[in-house]
Amino acid sequence: MIKKFIFLEWKAFIRSASFGKNLAMKILLGFLMIYFSLIFVGMGVGAFYILKKMNLEPLQTVNRFLIYYFLFDLIVRLMLQAIPVLNIKPLLVLPFKKPTIVHFSLGKTALSFFNWIHALFFIPFSVVLMIEGYDVVNILFWNLAIISLIYINNFLNIILSNIDKLFAAFLVLVIALGTAQYYKLFDITAFTAPFFQGLYEIPGLSLVPVLVLVGLYIFAFKFFKNNLYLDAGLSVKEDIASTENLSWLNQFGTVGTFLKNDIKLIKRNKRSKTTIFMSFLFLFYGLLFYSGGIESYDKPVMHLLAGIFVSGGFLFVFGQFVPSWDSSYYQLMMTQNIPYRGYIMAKWWLIVIATVVSTILASFYLYFGWQIYVTIVAAAIYNIGVNSHLVLLGGAFTKTPIDLSNAGGAFGDKKAFNVSAMLLTIPKILLPLLLYGLGLYFNNKALGLSLVAGAGVLGFIFKDKVFSLIEKRYKVEKYSTISAYKQKN
Amino acid sequence: MIQVNQLSKKYNNTTVLNINNLEIPKGQSFGLVGNNGAGKTTFFSLLLDLIQPSTGSIKNNDIQVNTSENWKSFTGSFLDESFLIGYLTPEEYFYFIGDLRHQNKADIDALLSKHEEFFNGEILNNKKYLRDLSKGNQKKVGIIATLIGNPEVVILDEPFANLDPTTVSRLKKIIKELADDPNVTVLVSSHDLQHTVEVCDRIVALNKGEIVKDIQTSEETLQELESFFAV
Repeated sequence: MIKKFIFLEWKAFIRSASFGKNLAMKILLGFLMIYFSLIFVGMGVGAFYILKKMNLEPLQTVNRFLIYYFLFDLIVRLMLQAIPVLNIKPLLVLPFKKPTIVHFSLGKTALSFFNWIHALFFIPFSVVLMIEGYDVVNILFWNLAIISLIYINNFLNIILSNIDKLFAAFLVLVIALGTAQYYKLFDITAFTAPFFQGLYEIPGLSLVPVLVLVGLYIFAFKFFKNNLYLDAGLSVKEDIASTENLSWLNQFGTVGTFLKNDIKLIKRNKRSKTTIFMSFLFLFYGLLFYSGGIESYDKPVMHLLAGIFVSGGFLFVFGQFVPSWDSSYYQLMMTQNIPYRGYIMAKWWLIVIATVVSTILASFYLYFGWQIYVTIVAAAIYNIGVNSHLVLLGGAFTKTPIDLSNAGGAFGDKKAFNVSAMLLTIPKILLPLLLYGLGLYFNNKALGLSLVAGAGVLGFIFKDKVFSLIEKRYKVEKYSTISAYKQKN
Repeated sequence: MIQVNQLSKKYNNTTVLNINNLEIPKGQSFGLVGNNGAGKTTFFSLLLDLIQPSTGSIKNNDIQVNTSENWKSFTGSFLDESFLIGYLTPEEYFYFIGDLRHQNKADIDALLSKHEEFFNGEILNNKKYLRDLSKGNQKKVGIIATLIGNPEVVILDEPFANLDPTTVSRLKKIIKELADDPNVTVLVSSHDLQHTVEVCDRIVALNKGEIVKDIQTSEETLQELESFFAV
């Protein structure tokens, strides 16, 4: 039975739209995976000695912060970890036993990247602990408990994933706890550290997380088994629709028509809403850089980098997927009375408007000095003049359809955010940094910023030329884009 | 209105469509029948420049469809649900298409009230997004949307499928009305021989991508087609 599922999964994997294409992308992704793996392993090995050097007891210190580690892990999962969806509907009427279907779906999540990534840290860390003379058996029990906790998060994510905006609630919780701890108002670790330390010191205690995990698995299993009906867990949630006219946008002609549509797109689809939230978060990314909290971030070049993200959050997370947002009705777009240029132009305006709005919202950075804000504005000009074109050009090659409706119920894959697409942003960032770096080389910040802004203005001046180029590219790619979008999921 | 020249479409050396010559004069109502895989949808997709021909070309009102986009302004089409925007309400969808075809709100409202009977009270003011409508109701929306802006060419792929009997007869009425207009060329494809014969002046049967019959509709057409397909 399970063999049949694995067969189906394998077919789904090798026959997906994105498989096989984009080899360069895959290689790049592979390198990044290795890079991050090495960092994690390095952290695992190094953590012990670094903490030791800081005159802290390594295991106790790690145990102290584990509560944050797991909370943060849960937030990341709620935001990013997609629940692997087995195509369940067609299986229901076939002679598969329901428990098998559910066991397999749940079991599949256990293999997720979000689970084994932790091993890269904990295994080297534990090995170092053993080498340094900690009790081997106790370390093993501690690891057992950690693994259980990681999988508890895994199943919590599955059970909770249907609740909207939960990750935001957790995020607020973590920020609140962190702030309270920082200002010494309330220290959660005082309560949790003994427990985590106990996992090491008291061998039997490790059984607690194990039992919780087992209980959680049984709960998840029952929950999904009972909901394995078309009108329950597999049902499609219907929203109550209201018609909006947004007629004030009519004055902008065709662009207005598309803007109206895009606003509705963003408002009414879970996936795009997540995107907007992400781009809003980007707005605060700069705090890490400008507040001087992290020393290595508090450098001029880094300030520009932050500026690009602060003003271009929307550009990066939404613009990246143009025209995939329209993938489900791309054929309609291609038969309507609209020239390509109008269509692309409308998206461009949307990006520009969002960038301008972000830049205005970012004015609270004036708190850190006008120079910081000037950096952000220069970055914004670059985003509008150059990056907006780059993302649209990249869009011609984006051939992964976006399933906006993401209609599935309990088993539905509702997660947005695509790691490989984020990687495409790298070239968009390096060039302005180089330009700014050139200015700094001559010891002239103003020169650097003018170079960056100048590049943006140049891009803006040659807008029409660039648009012709983009339009041509879209036309060349039109047919393969249509056929790729026809392939759902 | 529509001229097809040496048109063929191959996928990996398998020819799925091969039409040497086909001319559809202005004002004709043209029915395309054939079994699954006969090439009906392929032909419409080529006509709408959604796929590229392997050889040959199609001209829509003397505009070659894969070199110029000007045919879009007078061509209305509905192939399948991927022509609908799921997160819009039916009204918003109609207004959106209306905007693209330079129609104002009043024009659209007039068109919608004209087809109120066809909607059967299930489409408008129903507080549902298109994605939540049933297949049949989605189809109703798609079909009426092709009529926005009085197109000179109307292309409908399998319009009768998924519709209830009442709606089918109402749809036939709509198509007949279009067919009676000398300025409108209607292209309809279907598996259903009887419906097609009822609404079309001319019927072309496709088999494995080739034209095997090309008849002006008469009393005997249905019988002729039925005997042809009854193998």
